[in-house]
Amino acid sequence: MEHNKNYVVGIFSDEDVLLDAVGSIRDKGVKIEEVYSPFPVHGLDEALGYRRTRLPIAAFMFGLTGTCLALFTQIWMLGYDWPMIIGGKNHASLPPFIPVTFEFTVLLASWGMAITFIIVSDMKPYKWPRQFDNRSTDDKHVMAIDLATNKLSKQELAQLLKDNGATEVNEKNF
Amino acid sequence: MQASSSVREYLVTGGKTVGDVSEDICRQVEGKPTTLWIVSFAISAVVLAFGFYCGCYLLWNGVGVWGLNKTVGWAWDITNFVWWVGIGHAGTLISAILLLFRQRWRMSINRAAEAMTIFAVICAASFPLMHMGRLWLGFYWCLPLPNTWGSLWVNFNSPLLWDVFAISTYFSVSLVFWYIGLIPDFAVIRDRAVRMGNKTRAWIYNSLSFGWDGGAKTWMRYESVALILAGLSTPLVLSVHTIVSMDFATSVIPGWHTTIFPPYFVSGAIFSGFAMVLTLLLVTRKTFKLEDYITIYHIELMNIVIIVTGSIVGIAYITEFFIAWYGQVPAEQYAFLNRMGGPYWWAYWCMMTCNVVSPQLFWFKKIRTSLSATFVLSIIVNIGMWFERFVIIVTSLHRDYLPSSWSMFHPTIFDIGEYLFTFGFFFCAFLLFAKFFPVINMAEVKSIIKATSEKKH
Repeated sequence: MEHNKNYVVGIFSDEDVLLDAVGSIRDKGVKIEEVYSPFPVHGLDEALGYRRTRLPIAAFMFGLTGTCLALFTQIWMLGYDWPMIIGGKNHASLPPFIPVTFEFTVLLASWGMAITFIIVSDMKPYKWPRQFDNRSTDDKHVMAIDLATNKLSKQELAQLLKDNGATEVNEKNF
Repeated sequence: MQASSSVREYLVTGGKTVGDVSEDICRQVEGKPTTLWIVSFAISAVVLAFGFYCGCYLLWNGVGVWGLNKTVGWAWDITNFVWWVGIGHAGTLISAILLLFRQRWRMSINRAAEAMTIFAVICAASFPLMHMGRLWLGFYWCLPLPNTWGSLWVNFNSPLLWDVFAISTYFSVSLVFWYIGLIPDFAVIRDRAVRMGNKTRAWIYNSLSFGWDGGAKTWMRYESVALILAGLSTPLVLSVHTIVSMDFATSVIPGWHTTIFPPYFVSGAIFSGFAMVLTLLLVTRKTFKLEDYITIYHIELMNIVIIVTGSIVGIAYITEFFIAWYGQVPAEQYAFLNRMGGPYWWAYWCMMTCNVVSPQLFWFKKIRTSLSATFVLSIIVNIGMWFERFVIIVTSLHRDYLPSSWSMFHPTIFDIGEYLFTFGFFFCAFLLFAKFFPVINMAEVKSIIKATSEKKH
């Protein structure tokens, strides 16, 4: 992690005020580091200009792996490795293999996506998150602006946050 | 932007703010356990201990300690198995299907319902495991593992094997779904602990929350994961009880050999699951003073689900009889006449009264908005659903093709003990959950506070 970074931190109490603020602050050309909220605020990712997450693609790929693996395993085991006649049917008949294939697809897609989510979000059980204000898990929305990446001064940024409805403006150094 | 409706009732009453949600839900996690909690836990633990003894006795002596005989080879074990799996279904219905339908009322009940699902599935799984008798060989019988017999693989054509995959997938996917939902709420408890100066608690809940930061990017990914998991769980939950029903439906036993089983079992599962959710939530709501979050409106909506699924189950019972008559297969006709008027007539009529007649009382608004009536009826429904499985399983088996082998099933103390074991486990687990985990999904409830909370006047 980089050291000695100075941030201006705006605290918002209302999600709609926050959404408008994000829009107008970004319009001024100010780069927002991140916004921390106690609950998902709809439209915030678009307002911040984030690209849509590719986790659904990951889920699809994991699911596809599950489908192929389950089909291959069943056909190989019962069709080639140890063929048995069960109910006078073909050794490797597809319909009875579908339930297990489906379950395995869902299993790999869910676990794969959940683990990918934990990894890409850099979440670890022993890691403490960098928190600008820990009320962001309670009832406040916290907007962090990095001073180094913006041209405006500390005072100007604080004023901009206040003008856009921040109930409190603080400073935070890491 | 969120819009509030004047037509729909408030989902959160008492003029709660976002901050109040954290306060109200975290209170019981942070406080000391109440006497009621300790007493309930002690009782559950005693029941669990007795059940554990019965389980050990069974493993030592074999499945013969159960009351099964040559004719009735499946009885309480599989009845309890299907009953518990069915109960689990409501949790997934609430958390996944209602999420896809954008039903906001699920938000304050989904956490407890999902926990119920997970514990119920564990209870369910214990019965087939115990029925194997030699549990330690179970892995070879259930999973395609290389072994010294060939390798002689498991039979992928068998619905019993599909069941292994269905139940284990269902359990683990429900667990992921539930845990992902818990992550932001653990972070709430962590940050409150930091503010209170309780370092140990902060450390424990930080580990549980995987260092959750609540950034907009993380929330975006989180929401994407929740939506996809809901999309995956929806067909999954329908497949699970479908496959459970195929354990019976793919056989050629009169009374089991019917194509109506999959939808009939699924609706029965949701029916009994909602009844169990109501039983648990009515108690939880009272004990933890959550009346403002789990309102009468929530309870009414759940009761409406019970009327719908209960009526589907009722129609399924009648359809079975119609098809038995219409199909003109004597064995099938006999099986159904025997159900209704044979030696197990009392179980059949108990099932009919509890499952078909009693939920119809919820057509009266007074009854479906009454807490005591709902509590009593929810228990009656679950008794009825247990008898449904008992009737399907035991009455179809006990009079088979040879009258000389006809017999009855009498449960032994070990049948009862195994059932008690699951009750002990279920309530111990649920009580631990209710004490140490947030019982209501705080993040989701907070997101709807602005739109659906009753304003203070």
